[in-house]
Amino acid sequence: MSDNILEMRHITKTFPGVRALSDVNFAVRRGEIHCLVGENGAGKSTLMKVLSGLYPHSDFEGEIIFNGKKKEFNGIHDSEEAGIGIIYQELALVPDMTVYENIMLGHEIRRGMTIDVQEMIHKAEELLRRVRLSINPSAKVKDLGIGKQQLVVIAKVLSRNVSLLILDEPTAALNEDDCDNLLNILRILKTQGVTSIMISHKLKEVLSIAETITVLRDGQTICTLDRQKDEVTEQILIKHMVGRSIENIYPPRTSTHAEEAVLEVKDWSAYDAKLGRKVLNNVNFHVCKGEIVGLSGLVGSGRTELARSLFGNPDGYIVSGDMVFKGKKQRFTHPRHAIRSGLAYATEDRKRNGLILIKSIQENISLANLQGVSKNGVINEELDKQNALNFVNSLSIKTPSISQLVMNLSGGNQQKVSVAKWLFVGPEMLIFDEPTRGIDVGAKYEIYTIMNDLVAKGMSILMISSELPEILGMSDRIYVVANGTITGELDAKSATQEAVMRLATQY
Amino acid sequence: MNELMTVLKKNVREYGMYIALAAIIAVFTILSHGVFISSRNIANLLNQTGYIAVLAVGMTLVIVIRHIDLSVGFLSGFLGAIAAISLTQWHWPVWLSILFVLGLGICAGLLTALPVAGLGIPAFVASLAGWLIYRGALMLVTAATGTIIIPNESFNALGNGYIPDLFASNSFLPGIHKTTLVLGLIATIVFIFGQIADRKRKMQYKFEVLSTGLFVAKLVFMAIILGFISWILAGYNGMSWTVVIMLAVVLVYDFITRRTVIGRHIYAVGGNPEAAELSGISVRNITFTVFGSMGFLAALSGILFAARLKSATPQAGTLFEMDAIAAAYIGGVSASGGIGSISGSLIGALVYMSLMNGMNLLGTDISLQYVIRGLVLLLAVIFDVITRKRKL
Repeated sequence: MSDNILEMRHITKTFPGVRALSDVNFAVRRGEIHCLVGENGAGKSTLMKVLSGLYPHSDFEGEIIFNGKKKEFNGIHDSEEAGIGIIYQELALVPDMTVYENIMLGHEIRRGMTIDVQEMIHKAEELLRRVRLSINPSAKVKDLGIGKQQLVVIAKVLSRNVSLLILDEPTAALNEDDCDNLLNILRILKTQGVTSIMISHKLKEVLSIAETITVLRDGQTICTLDRQKDEVTEQILIKHMVGRSIENIYPPRTSTHAEEAVLEVKDWSAYDAKLGRKVLNNVNFHVCKGEIVGLSGLVGSGRTELARSLFGNPDGYIVSGDMVFKGKKQRFTHPRHAIRSGLAYATEDRKRNGLILIKSIQENISLANLQGVSKNGVINEELDKQNALNFVNSLSIKTPSISQLVMNLSGGNQQKVSVAKWLFVGPEMLIFDEPTRGIDVGAKYEIYTIMNDLVAKGMSILMISSELPEILGMSDRIYVVANGTITGELDAKSATQEAVMRLATQY
Repeated sequence: MNELMTVLKKNVREYGMYIALAAIIAVFTILSHGVFISSRNIANLLNQTGYIAVLAVGMTLVIVIRHIDLSVGFLSGFLGAIAAISLTQWHWPVWLSILFVLGLGICAGLLTALPVAGLGIPAFVASLAGWLIYRGALMLVTAATGTIIIPNESFNALGNGYIPDLFASNSFLPGIHKTTLVLGLIATIVFIFGQIADRKRKMQYKFEVLSTGLFVAKLVFMAIILGFISWILAGYNGMSWTVVIMLAVVLVYDFITRRTVIGRHIYAVGGNPEAAELSGISVRNITFTVFGSMGFLAALSGILFAARLKSATPQAGTLFEMDAIAAAYIGGVSASGGIGSISGSLIGALVYMSLMNGMNLLGTDISLQYVIRGLVLLLAVIFDVITRKRKL
């Protein structure tokens, strides 16, 4: 038997009414990089929460053997003590504190009654070196890019002397450069004797880094693949994850678009008075009726700023330039004007500013168009429910009823609620910011199919995406944004990932 | 029986308040040897609850959109004094001074909202400024005269009067207010039919509903409660105008929050202001609306309180805002926004005022009363947080 740092045996964890994990076996060899993949809701995060002690050992069945000893963790503190460090999707940093304060948070070095700042900075520098991050430890975290923040989190976890590092979708919010960098750091940490478990939806990244891959589906271990023995490709992984093989990741499109432009933007610039800088500079582009236009660019390039400045400018940028929407010159001053004119915007972060998580599916779907289900300001409950039900059926949103709170839905189903909300407005154009972020392969395919149906009916979509394959697979035309301006326009048929990347890094 | 337990467990938060209210009533009834539940005391209790419940309704919406309004206590006192002055010194007719004061209330609310919605100043600070200003204003307008006695009978009826008995009769049920009984009966019938229609609609859309047996049991239970309350009220002078006004406010606001576009918008802004803004809702306008309504209700509360005391005093309104906030929290409003019901805040106000009323009856020392009120508030919020966590 090989040397396993971790073995989880026969883990079964049930929530009221749901069996989240059933008899899962999971083993990790010492010193390897092990990836855990599966659709949303497959049980990956639950399994890691069991391991971290977030669910105390009395709450589940099965046993955990770490470093050859049976462990019973009763909280994160216990697992941390044993040498397990977890990094969650949401970065647990205090933005207004400095890098070193964040790294040493909760483990401050004291000298007598006071904090030994010098020693802490020294220790932080050492940890930052381990993750190859050359920044001033006294810089504020909020001034760092998200990629660097991610590395600070890793440094923070390393300060606890971990031998097993768990990363829950660490690259979800990162651009490609930062992703590559992060993966490199994991390889370097491996040489320093740190074992890593990484949960990820990005299969390319999994294939580039993993030595072993475990696939979970519906709370069960489907298989564990050893890269040295087994042949592993993206297709094979997807097949294991969804239990069926998806031949094409992108559904074929049959419709063609018109030549007539629905949106035309000329010399569009925006100045952010709060940041004191131009976020958009002379942007020119157009979108035709029935067309999917991809808007690509690195995080922070100005993609989302462009969308928001067109959609009623909720951030209060000082805007100049022309926007012609449906043949009329427009300058929306509130999202409601944009919505009324037929422009919709599905935000990039549906949990933060897209949906009202504590409200029901029904209430979320009609939120942007309550006039459609009311008369004289009084809501017709019947109509509202029927409408929600229609969308639940037509978009196949998986839920026991429309009274279900949105926070209880999976990522893919939440995204469908968001789509339903905007479809009910009946827009002529939808700006779709990161349509498939954080949702699984099966749900992605469904979202793509919905998008194709919409453009076939004459709607136009401006799709903002960080995923290059998605941009290439779904768009008719592609615009690339860098540094607040459009650096190039490509035809999707002839474009390559490299060509897009070149434009995106052009300054 | 099994279903009853699961339903109770599932909705422990909502039912918890009713159970707490029932427990408080039972305890005080026993300790006071039945005086607490007497017709006279219940009528008195409801009249006391009126001016706090009205404030609590407004405060609930303010808290739902993640703000707070500390100014409403002294605003209510100040506007009560304005009503008294307009009646006694300017000799305005009652209707005019009431309309005037309600209008002033709305303006005051909008004024509080101005720095909040316009500049993003925390409502705590903006309304603390209002608290100081209205306190000063109240002292100023009552400085010359001291307490202003209001001699106007029809104004004072709002706080002390009872609805006339249209079916007065000395032979049938003497000493019982028949109109109150009839109103109670009508309310019960409307309630039952409303519930049945609601259940039908829910079943049509595959919502979870109670089994028929339990549903009937619930209806019978509620009918008995409504009947009992109207019987008790009918045993004294019947329904007071304060109770009529309080119920009207509760019903109107309950309708607005649950059935109208503006209600949905308010809860959306509370649940996620950014998402609401990007869904085309003007967070600014909603903030103005909610604070405007709060000012309106503060004015109404001031009128009710002045009418009840038949005078305006320099101390009127002291700590009303805290009572209203406590009632709203006991009623289950969530400080993180987006959650809280009007019916909940009515029950919260009843729980809070029952405590005060009951302890006064028993002659509990005032210092101990404050401690107990604080503990009950704390317990209610702890209970709320725990039950909410378990649901997730």
